[in-house]
Amino acid sequence: MTTHEPALPISPLSDSPEQPAGWSIALESLRLGYGSTVVIESLTAHIPAGRITCILGGSGCGKSTLLKHILGLARPMAGRILLDGKDATQMSRREFRQLRRRMGVLFQDGALLGSLTLAQNVALPLVEHSRLPKARIAEIVHEKLTLVGLEDFKDYHPGQLSGGMRKRAGLARALATDPPVVLCDEHTSGLDPINAASMDALLKAMHRRFNATVVAVSHDLESVRTLADHVILLHEGRALYQGDVPGLQACEDPYVQTFLARRPINL
Amino acid sequence: MLPTPPSSLPLLPALGRASIAAVGNLGAVFLFFLDGLLSGLSSTRQLQRTVLQVYFIGVKSVFVVTLIGLFTGMVLGLQGYYALAKVGSEGLLGSAVALSLIRELGPVLTAIMLTGRAGSSMTAEIGVMRISDQIDALEVMDIPPMAYLVGPRIWASLISFPLLTAMFDVIGILGGYLTGVKLLGINAGVYFHRINASVELSDVMGGFYKSLLFAVLVSTICCFQGYYTHLRRDGAGPESVGNATTSAVVLSCVCILVFDYVATSFLL
Ligand SMILES: Nc1ncnc2c1ncn2[C@@H]1O[C@H](COP(=O)(O)OP(=O)(O)OP(=O)(O)O)[C@@H](O)[C@H]1O
Ligand SMILES: [Mg+2]
Repeated sequence: MTTHEPALPISPLSDSPEQPAGWSIALESLRLGYGSTVVIESLTAHIPAGRITCILGGSGCGKSTLLKHILGLARPMAGRILLDGKDATQMSRREFRQLRRRMGVLFQDGALLGSLTLAQNVALPLVEHSRLPKARIAEIVHEKLTLVGLEDFKDYHPGQLSGGMRKRAGLARALATDPPVVLCDEHTSGLDPINAASMDALLKAMHRRFNATVVAVSHDLESVRTLADHVILLHEGRALYQGDVPGLQACEDPYVQTFLARRPINL
Repeated sequence: MLPTPPSSLPLLPALGRASIAAVGNLGAVFLFFLDGLLSGLSSTRQLQRTVLQVYFIGVKSVFVVTLIGLFTGMVLGLQGYYALAKVGSEGLLGSAVALSLIRELGPVLTAIMLTGRAGSSMTAEIGVMRISDQIDALEVMDIPPMAYLVGPRIWASLISFPLLTAMFDVIGILGGYLTGVKLLGINAGVYFHRINASVELSDVMGGFYKSLLFAVLVSTICCFQGYYTHLRRDGAGPESVGNATTSAVVLSCVCILVFDYVATSFLL
């Protein structure tokens, strides 16, 4: 291993060191959009359990929209989303919330609560859902903030941080409960190469330690190469490619080639 | 052969649709209120959040309510004296000031002040949270946003509005005392005796019920506008937060005055 992996502590939400591993997510002929505009036409894809899946695609192709629907924040226009083999839209509200509680999510621009400090933000899911004593929560918060290199900023409010710092803090919050499923919307965008590499390493360590299912939306080809076990490339409302990274590089599709070569289209 | 409908008829379906939408919206607002109210009581953490909101909505408004109350009372003293002097009954100034404050001006002006000071910030704060995905983030963490954001604000309003109204009334009566007694020379004993003799418990209770009603109206309207900022059609992003805040303030003020009339006609 060339990248340095941070050591992760034991999961704060479960007593046993063995946490249930992450589950798979299956998307079946999904049609997604807002109002009457369709963003994703028909998407069928499989996100395997316990693997790192990267979702690639041009800006505005609907990656964040897809994550939003997986999280049940919006209803698909058609099609099904299967979490651990069960149809999310058929589940009872309670059952779905139980599942979702165990997903860690990094939103595209962090979505930290503006009225709380970084430490309070990271502590929030623990304070709400665990019966850990205050001192232990403070310890976990310190650990997580150290992992993303923000331990000196714990008393800052999100408004006092840079975009990249907010993103790192968002990741710390997403990982606060050591969730078995982690969804990240562009965990490396806006970060310098060193911080981007440590975010990658953090996700990788998380995945190893808990056998977590990691879904990372990314434009960063470097990060995709180091992270991904599985790649889904979205284009024009469907999955243009699904498979591993070598397969993606060998793919003959002209869009895929242009995408990987970072060439402007039609030049 | 069917007769052609008169040209005004095409408006009818549009009117019908608009009315149905309006009733639907009213229903949505009512359910929103109930949801916020009930979720506000779910745990001790909710109590802490409510206390924090009482600080923001109530405590931080004390100064401005005091100021407005004082000047309202003072101007009532002046105007009342002028009007009563015309019929030779300046002695009734105490009753005039106290009754108009307790029954009417206290609840209404306090609610309007609180709309401007606290209601607008509720809408803006919740609206910003909506457009920056913070509400989605709460939901994903399985922290119900209604309980986290709306419940404490509704409860805190229910606590703060009546208290601030009472303060407004008392300060206003003192303001009337300043102008009526100290400036224009009515006998202090007469002023307070008149208040004592004319104000009944039903007047005080009427003002109290009104302030509760306004608390419900203002907190619900302001939270609702913020919470559904993303569904607005007149803008997106920061613009929609601005528009939501404007609508919340305008709608709250209109509702305060309309419901004040309705409530007064029932309470009289
Ligand atoms: N709230 C919304 N209402 C209407 N349309 C929206 C909304 N959010 C996004 N869209 C549209 O959906 C499409 C996909 O947006 P989305 O944010 O999912 O893109 P993305 O793939 O995440 O892009 P990026 O890589 O730039 O983040 C865009 O065309 C956008 O205009
Ligand atoms: Mg996006």
